[in-house]
Amino acid sequence: MNDTTAIRLIGQPLKRQEDFKFLAGKGRYVDDVRLPGMLHMAVLRSPHAHAKIRNVDLSAAKVAPGVRLVLSGKALAGKIGPIVPNWVIPGSKVPFRPVVATDCVRFVGECVALVVAETLAEAYDAVGRIEVEYDVLPAVIDEEVAIREGAPQLHDNVPGNITTIYKVRGGDYQNAARAADHVIGLRVVNNRLIPTCMETRAIVASPEPDGTLTVYIGSQVPHMHRRWIAETVGIPEHQLRVVAPDIGGGFGAKMHLYPEDLLCPYLARELDAPVKWWESRSESHQSTSHGRAHTENIEVAFRNDGKILGLKVETLGNVGAYLSNMASGGPTVNTVNFGTGTYKIDDYEAISRVVVTNTVPVDAYRGYGRPEGAYIAERAIDAVARHLKLDQVDVRRKNFVQPAEFPYRPYGSTGVMYDSGNYQGLLDKALAAFDYEGRRSECQALRGSGIYRGIGVAAYTHMCGMAPSRRLAMSGFDRGGWESARVSIDSSGRATIYSGSMSQGQGHITSLSQIAADVLQIPIEDIDIVQGDTRQVQAGHGTFNSRSMAVGGSSVHVSSQRIVAKAKKIAAGMLEVDEKDVSYSAGAFSVPGTDIAPVTFPKVARMAYVGHKLPDGVAPGLDETVFYDPTGMGSPSGVHLAYVEVDPETGIVDILDYVAVDDVGTLINPRLAAGQIHGGVVQGIAQALYEEVSYDPDNGQLLTGSLLDYAVPRAEHVPNIRSLFQQTASPTNPIGVKGIGESGSIAAPPCMVHAVLDALSPFGIKHLDMPLTPPRVWAAVQQARMGAAQ
Amino acid sequence: MIPAAFDYVRASSLAQAIDLLRDDPDGTKLLAGGHTLLPALKLRLASPELLVDISGIAELKGIEISETGIRIGALATHAELFASEPLYRELPVFRQAASLIADPQVRNRGTIGGSLANADPAADWPAVAVALQAEIEIVGPNGLRRVATRDFFIDIFSTVLEPDEILASVHIPRPRTGMHFIYRKIRHPASGFAVVGIAVGVRLQEGAVDEISIGVTGAANHAFAGQRASDFLIGKTLSQDNIEQAAQLLSETTECLSDRYASAEYRANLIRIETRRALFALAS
Repeated sequence: MNDTTAIRLIGQPLKRQEDFKFLAGKGRYVDDVRLPGMLHMAVLRSPHAHAKIRNVDLSAAKVAPGVRLVLSGKALAGKIGPIVPNWVIPGSKVPFRPVVATDCVRFVGECVALVVAETLAEAYDAVGRIEVEYDVLPAVIDEEVAIREGAPQLHDNVPGNITTIYKVRGGDYQNAARAADHVIGLRVVNNRLIPTCMETRAIVASPEPDGTLTVYIGSQVPHMHRRWIAETVGIPEHQLRVVAPDIGGGFGAKMHLYPEDLLCPYLARELDAPVKWWESRSESHQSTSHGRAHTENIEVAFRNDGKILGLKVETLGNVGAYLSNMASGGPTVNTVNFGTGTYKIDDYEAISRVVVTNTVPVDAYRGYGRPEGAYIAERAIDAVARHLKLDQVDVRRKNFVQPAEFPYRPYGSTGVMYDSGNYQGLLDKALAAFDYEGRRSECQALRGSGIYRGIGVAAYTHMCGMAPSRRLAMSGFDRGGWESARVSIDSSGRATIYSGSMSQGQGHITSLSQIAADVLQIPIEDIDIVQGDTRQVQAGHGTFNSRSMAVGGSSVHVSSQRIVAKAKKIAAGMLEVDEKDVSYSAGAFSVPGTDIAPVTFPKVARMAYVGHKLPDGVAPGLDETVFYDPTGMGSPSGVHLAYVEVDPETGIVDILDYVAVDDVGTLINPRLAAGQIHGGVVQGIAQALYEEVSYDPDNGQLLTGSLLDYAVPRAEHVPNIRSLFQQTASPTNPIGVKGIGESGSIAAPPCMVHAVLDALSPFGIKHLDMPLTPPRVWAAVQQARMGAAQ
Repeated sequence: MIPAAFDYVRASSLAQAIDLLRDDPDGTKLLAGGHTLLPALKLRLASPELLVDISGIAELKGIEISETGIRIGALATHAELFASEPLYRELPVFRQAASLIADPQVRNRGTIGGSLANADPAADWPAVAVALQAEIEIVGPNGLRRVATRDFFIDIFSTVLEPDEILASVHIPRPRTGMHFIYRKIRHPASGFAVVGIAVGVRLQEGAVDEISIGVTGAANHAFAGQRASDFLIGKTLSQDNIEQAAQLLSETTECLSDRYASAEYRANLIRIETRRALFALAS
């Protein structure tokens, strides 16, 4: 009997198996797809935020060199489209969205016409020859302005520009407000962001000789794209193959249905030739979905000792000109359901309004709604501490949900349940790593010499891996919460795993292999992972909502277990013993307590395929597919701390330290986990300090049209991030994972804002809206100084 | 995006480039490092008929230091200005300023001639060249002429260069012993260009300012010299009070630019703060 124990791979900081090809420049992206006879599409976009289209003259473009087809929206009307959202909160009014505008344009960048030509240069040249006559209409950009009486209206069926009203209520806020010693209000803006991916969107649609259509697209959700394209273009799903090759970032932006996703398949079939579209960076800024764009009015009721009794929230979620894919769910379910954060606030009342404006549609971006929700809870509790002049840590400790209270339903919610957690543990670990007390004294000491340092604290929790499927129906989400995995063992005992998850850089090849290797007890080198091809992968929902390990990983885990279960049956036949006497250890099946020679996994695999000696009732083959539908969702949590120095003379914020302690359940790979925290924190710092989409409020022109104006952080802009973990296993899945991808971008914005406000507290500054750019910080200091001088 | 079609000629001499430029000054663009021109072409903000690539012209290259002065060819890249040891020994401010321009990839391609001729109001070399009292050598159909940097810029993206002229080189007087320059810059977080950049050179004699020169970029339509502040400090010590006053004077020299990112007040403040910090650094 073999009694050596295999090293458990889950929890090991393995290096990324997939990196070599990327480091060697051998990644293969959509733009690398170059097919014989391939044509190129270019899109004419609206220069106006809101206008009637009077006439589109295509005649000059049609005769331009190399041009194969020129179409305006009218020619496509009734043939493809409309684009419909995939998540519709019950009661929402859904605006009609044609694939290409027909009578009216509603944002700068909306598709107005398109050209297909033999080269990309010819397509661009011909686009320049299209003449469009517009009657410009008044535009509305801001969500607060859009709901006012007399504001320009975007859609006939959306009166007042509000598509959705969503309410959450638990306990009795009014009662809490009456019982409270203090009630304070604050208005916070969650700045509009561009989910900047290194790789912009791209698509190639290629008609195949057998009448099917292959679509290459940088998609986080290949099977969802297959369904959406099939339904919107009118192609039977089984005749459509969606291939998502390597992807240079997604962050939520590559999980929606865009006009170009439909145009290329349609045009490829019309022209019987491959059609490619590739998005330039400046097009990306005005056509790929934006993120955040909320205004929140918050009221918080609390006692003198800092205990919060009640919270009231009014959210306005700006979703741009149409309801994009998930747009009605973000400012509603995903935001206000989480407004109480990690705190026990029994009396809670929230209303969210989803507002259309003449801007690029807003949809999921890393965290989607949970960053906005955490920002509500965190800005509120920080305001309480500031108001009472209490320590920001003490106030949090006083209000935290206690470890014994899990699973915890905040404000008696029926929809939200935090499965597990230990916020005190996170806080203690973070404070110790940060040297909170020491730094607190340091801040005080330095203030005397005109050095303004501050400490920011933020805690968060949320829910990952939207599931189970039957619950998604209640919120109007037209998809399931399951994920599928097929584990196929070949006759040599090596595994190919077909996963419905879709890596966009997360490192699934490594992490899913670790999960499978532990269950299968085979070397990780003997495992291949296949994702991103609907012809190879049976089914899936893809990667978003930090779901890939909790749901996708669990499906790999369960299907691997089924492999072992079947292999054990086969092994029992080979060993000529009863199945229940067989044990599987270190990759071999043995009969403990006997001297029967064990059989190794490869030998069992061989037997499964030759089928010479299978027990009765056991079919040949070693190949299992699982559609895993979780029973619940895991709730990651964390406490982040930032240490900053603000130069009041220039407004520049220098980040001296950043400590993140996250509880994402069981860690599959600490190296990849830290990478996810780093990336999320960087995007969160970017929201807090640098990034903001700007529109001209009068004419709706996009002012941050390129990376010359829109400040994506560079290495010099971010500090060394110290990522630590606490592992409280989630009881909702067999691995105990909770989800990690969104954590950093949820925690970092409030953490950074609090740090800057703490540094500026000697000036009496209590509030700043993101991004805290140097000019904005300086202006606040100036204003405070002038106020103090008066 | 990708540019509209254009013709391309790689000029082998300055004379050839000027001939091509003279044939069609409006339809021709000079290509050196390309770091402003290529993005403009790709966005189709510029659609010239002809690109004349001057990057191979030997007469526009080189960094030479002689008894009388320093000559920097227009094609000297930011990276070359950073790396040049003889230049560093003479004027360390070149290395310091070059290190603050964009990133290594841009520095490897972008040129000092392009930076000056393009006259971006937020470019770095204009402030440095003004502070160094550099002269710009211009070659045209009628031969050579030299213009002081402070007289070179006219407005945003506008200089005294005629459409058929080429900026050939930059000439800098050798600094007197004890003259030290410093360049300070507050970068725009997206573009990396200067929100405000200040180049200051000071020579102290027995504790008093014997020579001083200031160039400012980012704040106004074009780089300018801080003459009033310089005049104020001549003969004075770099005491805290004198520095504060000079910085204040400089911040009041011009009406500052205001844009979505930074107000005119903020820019004026940065001039004051950065001048003060530069002068304190030079005083110590």
